[in-house]
Amino acid sequence: MAETTLPGLVPDVPIASRGYWSSVFRRLSGDWTTILCLVVLLIIILSAVFAPWIAPADPYKTSVIRRLKDIGTPGFPLGTDELGRDMLSRLIHGGRLSLVMGITPVINALIIGSFLGIVAGFVGGKINMVIMRTVDVFYAFPSVLLAIAISGALGAGLVNSIVSLTIVFIPPITRVAESVTTSVRNLDFVEAARASGAGGFTIIRVHVLGNVLGPVFVFATGLISVSIILASGLSFLGLGVRPPEPEWGLMLNTLRQSIYVNPWVCALPGVMIFITSICFNLMSDGLRSAMDVRA
Amino acid sequence: MISYLIRRLLYSVPIALGVSLMIFMLVHLAPGDPISAIAPADAPPDVVERLRVDYGYDKPLPIQFGLWLGRAVTGDLGNSVASGQPVAAEVMSAVGNTILLSLCAAVFGFTLGAVLGFVAGYKQGRAMDKIATAIAVAGISVPHYWLGMVLVIVFSVQLNALPAVGMGPGGSNDWAWDWLHMRHLILPAITLAVIPIGIVMRTTRSAVAEILNQEFVQALRAKGLSERHVLGHVIRNVAPTVLAVMGLQLGYLLGGSILIETVFSWPGTGFLLNTAIFRRDIPMLQGTILVLALFFVFLNVVVDLIQTAVDPRIKRA
Repeated sequence: MAETTLPGLVPDVPIASRGYWSSVFRRLSGDWTTILCLVVLLIIILSAVFAPWIAPADPYKTSVIRRLKDIGTPGFPLGTDELGRDMLSRLIHGGRLSLVMGITPVINALIIGSFLGIVAGFVGGKINMVIMRTVDVFYAFPSVLLAIAISGALGAGLVNSIVSLTIVFIPPITRVAESVTTSVRNLDFVEAARASGAGGFTIIRVHVLGNVLGPVFVFATGLISVSIILASGLSFLGLGVRPPEPEWGLMLNTLRQSIYVNPWVCALPGVMIFITSICFNLMSDGLRSAMDVRA
Repeated sequence: MISYLIRRLLYSVPIALGVSLMIFMLVHLAPGDPISAIAPADAPPDVVERLRVDYGYDKPLPIQFGLWLGRAVTGDLGNSVASGQPVAAEVMSAVGNTILLSLCAAVFGFTLGAVLGFVAGYKQGRAMDKIATAIAVAGISVPHYWLGMVLVIVFSVQLNALPAVGMGPGGSNDWAWDWLHMRHLILPAITLAVIPIGIVMRTTRSAVAEILNQEFVQALRAKGLSERHVLGHVIRNVAPTVLAVMGLQLGYLLGGSILIETVFSWPGTGFLLNTAIFRRDIPMLQGTILVLALFFVFLNVVVDLIQTAVDPRIKRA
């Protein structure tokens, strides 16, 4: 603090370069698409978190006399579903399970996959071979097929579908983490750290993690959109949560029988999945260019 | 080339073995005794015991896997728990329908994706580029099972122009190349085609942009070559990358068709899988996924070979 108070030492023009994060933030603040997506996502997430206080009606309360009302019916702004439940309330509550089912697998896979990838990339040799060849085997499945295979064997349920989606996303994250780690491992500053006597763990913690986590994180944000579509897809197949829980994919599944009665109300849960997934996609693109990573 | 072919095929053997191992393990992933997934729920204990010995479930896991693999190689994928029919026969008849749907979707999606990507890469930053990029992002982000529903709502419910379910008039499962059957194919094929459009478009766009920035393109223009001939050179340079992505996407179409087939009641592997999941028919689940995954492994080999063939820069002796 003392030196900045000395008038002679304060340059008129700041010569110090901006920090990495402040330049990332500056680039993000000029990117209107990304900001718009962030705002939309924030609204969806907050309304899911505070669903019990925001939703105008009970999402479980059925009524035989007001089934499949049109969008814009007084008292039911987005109509009612096949059991007469308020669509708006169910869509707001549905965000809870859909977001948890979509985001949790990516977070799990981010932790496990980066660990595996960093170990494989840093240690190399036989361990690298074992991990990466196993990853190759997982890559031999199209991701939808792998998710359905594991979920189908485990059976329906929230935890089972999160487990199966986590397994689906570990291999791609491991691959990215491994390739970035391998390229960082041979850089001069790692050599220098090693020469000055730093142990493997210290090198990973201080020098590798910082360089690997950025690209891996950006890559993982791109997976959230896929994960949300897949998670709701599993529910759509009857492999996710069970009725009467409000979940966007499951709602699409049960409303599918009613498209001849009130088609547009039946399509609403899909609109929510679409909006959420497109926002995550665009946000990931924005982050990628703002953080200047190629992963 | 021949030696590369042999080495590539050899490399895919451990992958195929790993895939089989994972699918074999599915039955052990399933909660409860694996034999309960195979035996009917009301089977008496002595029948269950005999099944356990017949299927080798009394032996250690590696031997079980060997037995299972041996049966799978000879085309015996077990019997469906639900129908009692051999799984292999049911899967084979469904695979044909899935491939038919996927190929039609691929032709449509790949053409549209490649054309959009080419235009976008060629006219970077212009309005066409922005429109094509928007289509690509939407294509990647759309839940395709929902898109299928929306198409059904518009074309079947509202306009009453196209059938919503099945693959032929009156729910027939025999395919013929006439209008009565083909109109059943239109909606599912368009829905499925949306999956690869975005990826193919993005790949083509960045490949075209990269080639156009290279010096040889400038040289071609400088020596007075017409724009049409320059584009010919660009296409030849972009083709290997785009073809590789298309090959992989064809595999993803086979997987993605599971949900689409459910929406349109298309009698393919997706429909089979859906029934297997619904009835907890593990042998059927295993058999269908094994066939699809091995097809994907095979497809990867073919993609590599095509890429080597069309790209003289890849020297793989």
